[in-house]
Amino acid sequence: MRRSLLTALSVTALFAAQAAVAQTIYPVDRAEILAGARFDLKVEFPGLVARDRASVTVNGRPIAEVFGREAEFIEREDGQPASSIMLRDATLPAPGVYTITATDGEHTASVGWQVYGGGQRQARNVILFVGDGMTVANVTAARILSRGIREGRYNGRLTIDDFPQMATVGTSGVDSIATDSANSAAAYNTGHKSGVNALNVYPSRARDTLGHPRVETLAAYVQRTRGMSVGVVTNTEIQDATPAAVFAHTRRRSDYIPITDQMLASGVDVLLGGGSAAFLPRGVPGSRRQDERNMIDAFRQQGYTFAEDAGSLAEAAAQSGTRRLLGLFTLGNMDGALDRFYLHRGTVSRFPNQPDLTEQVRAALQVLERNPAGFYLMVESGEIDKNNHPLDWERSVYETIMLDNAVRVAQDWARDRNDTMIVVVPDHTHGMAIVGTVDDNRPGEQGRDHVGVYQDAGFPNYPPADARGYPPSVDVSRRLAVFYAAFPDYCETFRPSLDGQRVPSVRQGNVYVANEAFCNQPGAQRREGNLPRTADSGVHAVDDAILRAWGPGSERFRGFVDNTYVFRGMAEALGLGQ
Amino acid sequence: MASKAIMTDRRALLGAPAALLLPAAARAAAPERLGFDELYGTWSVTGLRFTDKVKRLAGETVTMRGYMAPPLTAEAIFFVLTNEPMSICPFCSSDAEWPPDIVVVYLRRRALPLDPSHRIDVTGRLETGSWTDPESGFVSQLRLRDAAFARG
Repeated sequence: MRRSLLTALSVTALFAAQAAVAQTIYPVDRAEILAGARFDLKVEFPGLVARDRASVTVNGRPIAEVFGREAEFIEREDGQPASSIMLRDATLPAPGVYTITATDGEHTASVGWQVYGGGQRQARNVILFVGDGMTVANVTAARILSRGIREGRYNGRLTIDDFPQMATVGTSGVDSIATDSANSAAAYNTGHKSGVNALNVYPSRARDTLGHPRVETLAAYVQRTRGMSVGVVTNTEIQDATPAAVFAHTRRRSDYIPITDQMLASGVDVLLGGGSAAFLPRGVPGSRRQDERNMIDAFRQQGYTFAEDAGSLAEAAAQSGTRRLLGLFTLGNMDGALDRFYLHRGTVSRFPNQPDLTEQVRAALQVLERNPAGFYLMVESGEIDKNNHPLDWERSVYETIMLDNAVRVAQDWARDRNDTMIVVVPDHTHGMAIVGTVDDNRPGEQGRDHVGVYQDAGFPNYPPADARGYPPSVDVSRRLAVFYAAFPDYCETFRPSLDGQRVPSVRQGNVYVANEAFCNQPGAQRREGNLPRTADSGVHAVDDAILRAWGPGSERFRGFVDNTYVFRGMAEALGLGQ
Repeated sequence: MASKAIMTDRRALLGAPAALLLPAAARAAAPERLGFDELYGTWSVTGLRFTDKVKRLAGETVTMRGYMAPPLTAEAIFFVLTNEPMSICPFCSSDAEWPPDIVVVYLRRRALPLDPSHRIDVTGRLETGSWTDPESGFVSQLRLRDAAFARG
């Protein structure tokens, strides 16, 4: 069945390719759309078109007939000599193959969509864990540091190691093979491919970042059609790309103020993370807003309980009447495990009582389980990526352990229920690899002389993990040798950055150069970058990501899947689109 | 050294107290130093509060040591002073974010931007309270007005 649908789609794809100079249609060719999910249908004509010449059909029928209302004809979009047709909040309730054809009287373009519906509901709840930028090497290093390894066998397994279902995930978007977190998280939350920096919209020619064709999120769909609750948990700013993808629509992920305002309008029940700066009125030091709205008060007025540290979070979640919970624990991104528990760097001294992801997940579950209709919870360990970018592998690995700890909390909660599917997936990867060890006791002046590979690598000598699952120190004499494939000019120190997150390069004029603070360390070696000089850090890799899944409905995740299939798998497990 | 020598000669010639001959700015005691860790006394997710020292020095000339963040234009009269060097141009990257403890500097005269990794001492009149730069729309809580800077 699936094969025949795809064959039909590929015929229209060929047609569309031939007519590429003509109009552009959103959703794009080969879009897969959940039955009943809302989307904005937009046709962009390359030039001015007379209203009576322009027409759009769906399987040969006029769109007004198919969707029950007229689309808006925009003669001059954004004042430019180019016409568009827009139909907001369209839906197609019946599964099947649809051919959309747009003509201006001379040129014709077509795209094909597949509309799919779910079967029987298998899971009452779905929990999606996103390990932002989590690479295979992150997981391997997390297992080595957290569980230990001796004579080639690990002394224990990570929680995610025992997830029965696995798949490789293709992360590319409509605009590029290389994705970012916004684009990728949008695919997980809507089932539509998008572009870099875009959240739940198709990148179109609209000038207003909020004016692009939108596609409905899983969160909005389950709230609207099932009365389910929705939660968002992260250790980044709550407006950052991955959490924002649960509820926001914008072409530009850095639209923090509109994203914050959309968060309130979305009615998402549980919101836990950093980023209070965009909630504070302009006059308050620390605010990022340019208006006087106090968004924390606005949330309170909508019935949210507000928590600002681990204690008030646990207290608010335990109150049986709490159904809506806003927890903001730092002005910006929250601090990671290595800095919070062991090195006491970052903003830990200013915000000493931040919860960690495990406490956030526990609180979120406590509140969300009060809705018998079920819930969709997205949990992001966002600091994996934020540390892979500056080539700070130790911090990214501690955040991978953090993710695994949080997954364990969710799995323990769900274990005996048999009604909750858990998916753990990166949104993209980094070019990170473990190649051996760095041993201070090997002879030589330069850091590279201390790198041991093959039989010379042996095993690292990190201290055993403590009760939290982390080794209490990364500053050991024989540590992992980890390198990144893509980097700016920087100085490789072959040792952890104990004073705070690594800053590999600094700006000089219009380019980035090695940060001399790291070049002066003993054994450091200058490395000329392999990225353009405008790159300030490492970049995402295009390599497949590894998905792991557990619980009812998870059996559908196997082999290679597109990132849009993560949405489809969750939607089908919830029995949506019937 | 040359100007100091001239001063010495003048003093010798005129026999007047040196302070009367010095420019007004130099006649006063050296500006009080204000450190980045002395800006805010209370940090919370609902906002920051100025220290008593900042409140006391508002309107006074102070010297702050920090780093010039990459400015908007080649010739800057407005730049952001940060505690640590900013490797990211906040206006250039969608991911960039400012730390909350920044100070906006309005220079007395236009100057070429310095390498952001160079530490500088900025002296200017301390201004407190929320203010939006009319050109850039940049909102700040602390500013140094009529400022000048030198390598720190």
